[in-house]
Amino acid sequence: MIRGRAWKFGDHIDTDVIIPARYLNTSDPGELARHCMEDADPQFASKVRSGDVIVAGENFGCGSSREHAPIAIKAAGVACVVAKSFARIFYRNAFNTGLPIVECPEGVEAIQDGDEVEVDLERGVVRDITRGEEYPFVPIPPFMQELLSKGGLLEYVRERMSSSAG
Amino acid sequence: MAMTMAEKILADHAGFEEVAPGQIVNARVDIVLGNDVTAPIAIKAFRELGAEKVFDSERVVLVPDHFTPNKDIKSAQQCKVLREFAREQGLVHYFEVGQMGIEHALLPEQGIVVPGDLVVGADSHTCTYGALGAFATGVGSTDLAAAMILGELWFRVPESMLFIYYGHRGEYVTGKDYVLHTIGLIGVDGARYRAMEFTGEAITALPMDERFTMSNMAIEAGGKAGLIAPDQVTLEYVRPRAKRPWKVYESDPGASYVEALEIDVSRLIPVVALPHLPENVKPVAEVGEIPIDQVVIGSCTNGRITDLRQAAQVLKGRKVHPYVRLIIIPATQEIYRQAMEEGLFEIFVEAGAAVSTPTCGPCLGGHMGVLAEGERAVATTNRNFVGRMGHPKSEVYLSNPYVAAASAIAGRIVHPMEVL
Ligand code: SF4
Repeated sequence: MIRGRAWKFGDHIDTDVIIPARYLNTSDPGELARHCMEDADPQFASKVRSGDVIVAGENFGCGSSREHAPIAIKAAGVACVVAKSFARIFYRNAFNTGLPIVECPEGVEAIQDGDEVEVDLERGVVRDITRGEEYPFVPIPPFMQELLSKGGLLEYVRERMSSSAG
Repeated sequence: MAMTMAEKILADHAGFEEVAPGQIVNARVDIVLGNDVTAPIAIKAFRELGAEKVFDSERVVLVPDHFTPNKDIKSAQQCKVLREFAREQGLVHYFEVGQMGIEHALLPEQGIVVPGDLVVGADSHTCTYGALGAFATGVGSTDLAAAMILGELWFRVPESMLFIYYGHRGEYVTGKDYVLHTIGLIGVDGARYRAMEFTGEAITALPMDERFTMSNMAIEAGGKAGLIAPDQVTLEYVRPRAKRPWKVYESDPGASYVEALEIDVSRLIPVVALPHLPENVKPVAEVGEIPIDQVVIGSCTNGRITDLRQAAQVLKGRKVHPYVRLIIIPATQEIYRQAMEEGLFEIFVEAGAAVSTPTCGPCLGGHMGVLAEGERAVATTNRNFVGRMGHPKSEVYLSNPYVAAASAIAGRIVHPMEVL
């Protein structure tokens, strides 16, 4: 179960906000995490705690196809991104790199910055503990959950390969 | 349940009776594509995973087309990675310089993609094959690696959006104008994450080449795919080429669309997309006096035989403006040969154009016609982003081949009627 503080952001948070291009000379997750969301909130990386949740508006992750974006978010400790919608390539890259993301417009509307939230990926609900309300989203199917629990697409492929070999 | 063609193709490949938008499915892919920019990263992941064999040596397709014939040592190294991988894996569809073409013109032409396929390509314009009635979409390099190994990949079933084109088009109006007009209407994220479906009598009347142009640019509206249901025109194209059996999918009556738009093509006139977004669409007649330095006719959008014939129609017996460089790039070897046989090269060279071997080249500012600071080009390509064709302070105007050829003669952006 994912439980942590909600960090609220607006619409169209692009990949340059998530991880500015000036830091792309490395792909080291720890290094990237230090600059996560820097251009939207310079303090974010130092304040965020493991298990916290980013709550954002429409079109989260628009812009370039860099896989560095979900890697930076994940390495910063963020356990899940809840948004009204995601840009398509970010959406794929997030799951492929093992970052849970859910689309829950209703929840995004209601949740305020700093609220304590819980995300139940299996049941498909976002709970706002502070407010005592819950918001449903289309649950992530078992396959996608498996992908997330393995930590990304390549780990999933690795297991599939060894199981078919054995 | 009534389904759209996008939903049906995904359902069949995922082994379900039906699927609904938003659902995530794991589906078998028919064709997996990589190029000289994206495949090396995927091949690296393939090796790191210790994979030995691709899932099917007839279904993994590699096309070195972006920086080929190799423009420098770095691109030569990249292509070498592809070449060695293709030989080691015994890939049937690896296209070397001399047989190659721009991937999205090449795969349909060679009958490698057929109607009903589910295709992933590590290139955003993979959506081009939607014109064949295939569900085809661009992915990242990690996806490419996974698909090469497993032959399957995960998909989120997209919502569908319907575009109905009706009426009879006027002279010099092409599929490029239909799609640019559409992007102008809905914006560059107007179809974000959706499957676009193009239909209507004006699509039925469109030749295959112009349909490819439309599906090619679905991504420019944020679309995941740009589908056209197969009809007589499609099947005549597919029949002599197909390397495998195909399946025709059509949307059910009553299938649900998040949005439907109707476009009367009889009201369209040739348009251009001004810098720096494909949505900045204006009728050619309204752009004013814009002098140009270069014209490029080619790319996966408009480098097919129909496009070259349209250009030739304008260029025949005329001369390229002395201040303009006109570069014409047939998209594949087959198109190249056909253009040669039809005498189009004679017309182009007489007019003062440079004719190139197939390559992406200038489309992405790679080589074969890179722009200097402050220069302006009219191109039949698909993107006019900042710096797309060279210097960050250069400009690209997107148009159909008639307008591009006419502008090359006039030295500024003009309607074809101005030179004909
Ligand atoms: S022609 Fe241009 S858009 Fe098409 S594949 Fe090549 S670089 Fe990409």
